[in-house]
Amino acid sequence: MAFRESPFGELKVPLAWTAAVALIVAVVVAVALLISDRRETFQSEAYGVTRQVGDAVVTPVSGALAAPGRWTGLGMENLRDYLFAVSENRRLKAELKEARQWRDAAISLRDTNERYKALLGLKTEPPIPMVAARTVTDSRGPFANTRLANVGQADNIQPGNPVMSENGLVGRVIGVTRGASRILLLTDIASRTPVMIDRTNARAILTGDGGPNPKLDYLRGRDPVKQGDRVLTSGDGGVLPRGLPVGVAVKGLDGRWRVILASDAAPIDFVRILLFQDFSQLTKAQAAELDKMPVPPPSAAPEGVGVTPAPAPVVPLPAVAGPPRVSATRAPPPAKVNLPKRPVSPARSPPQAPPVVVATPAPAPPPEVPF
Amino acid sequence: MSLSAARPLNPWRWLGFPLVQCLGWTLVFGIPLRVFTLQLPEPVFCMVPAFAWAVIRPSILAPFGVLLMGLTLDILWGSPIGLWALSLLTAYGVVLLCRNWMVGQSRPMMWAWFAAACGVASLAGFLFTRMDASASPSLIAVFWQFLATILLYPFANRLIERFEDADVRFR
Repeated sequence: MAFRESPFGELKVPLAWTAAVALIVAVVVAVALLISDRRETFQSEAYGVTRQVGDAVVTPVSGALAAPGRWTGLGMENLRDYLFAVSENRRLKAELKEARQWRDAAISLRDTNERYKALLGLKTEPPIPMVAARTVTDSRGPFANTRLANVGQADNIQPGNPVMSENGLVGRVIGVTRGASRILLLTDIASRTPVMIDRTNARAILTGDGGPNPKLDYLRGRDPVKQGDRVLTSGDGGVLPRGLPVGVAVKGLDGRWRVILASDAAPIDFVRILLFQDFSQLTKAQAAELDKMPVPPPSAAPEGVGVTPAPAPVVPLPAVAGPPRVSATRAPPPAKVNLPKRPVSPARSPPQAPPVVVATPAPAPPPEVPF
Repeated sequence: MSLSAARPLNPWRWLGFPLVQCLGWTLVFGIPLRVFTLQLPEPVFCMVPAFAWAVIRPSILAPFGVLLMGLTLDILWGSPIGLWALSLLTAYGVVLLCRNWMVGQSRPMMWAWFAAACGVASLAGFLFTRMDASASPSLIAVFWQFLATILLYPFANRLIERFEDADVRFR
């Protein structure tokens, strides 16, 4: 049957109106998606399956597209090395001379530092394992500053892991899929990083705004920062480890304190993703280190040492008159020898030295309760 | 107006192919490449079809094409999902409303209209980001992206000239 002969053949819908309806439907869909989006949270499920699939597809494609540029860059670098070898050699010799002086100073300081640590019994944070990755895409717009790295769940990357270049902190992981991770840069509008000024120990929150130099918000104290002060992560909140280099403080054109990021000193091609979750991870690592130390068995504890005296039994008075309750037959729990408070895991503790339990004599019968 | 004079456009030719091209160029410009220590600009290639489609004719498919482009941009760039979709749709809607004033104007004037549409999209993006993140994006960064985007007008002009007369109902 031809279209003209059908019952709806003469039905004419004005195209402008239907186009307007289509536009409204599309806008409603976009608004609903925008409201439901929660990309900057640490919850892996908030990142969404759509993003994970998108990242998994884009990463190999973008990696392949970036390869010619990378090869060209390497070729140019080799050519430059060849052409400027003499001047580079002179510069490196001068740098080496200076570095030798720094090395002597560093050896002396390390020795002093170790002695102080031994005297104070200071426990420094254990080294954090890390994974090297290459970034394959880079968004630099005002509303999103993120990068895709070519490692993912297979390398134990998790949302929240800090990301560093060879010069300083770059950002943190906000989404992970099988072979890719999305990095939220420090310059992103959603990025908030607790930092401190190295000179004054003043705290601030580094707030991205889409520009190249994020702001220092919530600065406290009188003159807490000066031009050129080094900015490090403070570790406050336990999201990032303390002391990662962030950049240098400068006064912005708008009169606010901003940071020239250390990671901007060179292209962020390769990054290191620190497998750091929170401070409980460091505590566990410290406990694991302590477990490796030999624990002497507490077998020869002299009698009476560390034994807590048995508490005198207390008989509560009855609230109402009635037959007295007899609690004398029930012995109090036995006291235990106080062992040193070292976290010893059950698997590694010596089996021949169980916790010593000292039997206490049965308590005297309670005094009679007068009626 | 008789329907015999109408020559419906092939959706793939005026909607599908430009959409794929723009997303391809977005992907290429997303490569972390520095030329003489300078980063590549990040223009919004998808503004080209969003503007041109509204100028060529009203369409039922075009808003969904704009929505698809915006969502893909959000996934590629890692922005909140729906941000660019909504910004592009806002610009598309404004151009569609003002279409009768634009059609038939000179090329410099159309360029100015394109710049205005880019401004609407940037402003929408600024406001939506401000509401979503409770912080203001850098106006300088917004301006640089706006500047890089308005330089793309020759591509929009080419698309408009190619399909403007394809459907005589909307001349």
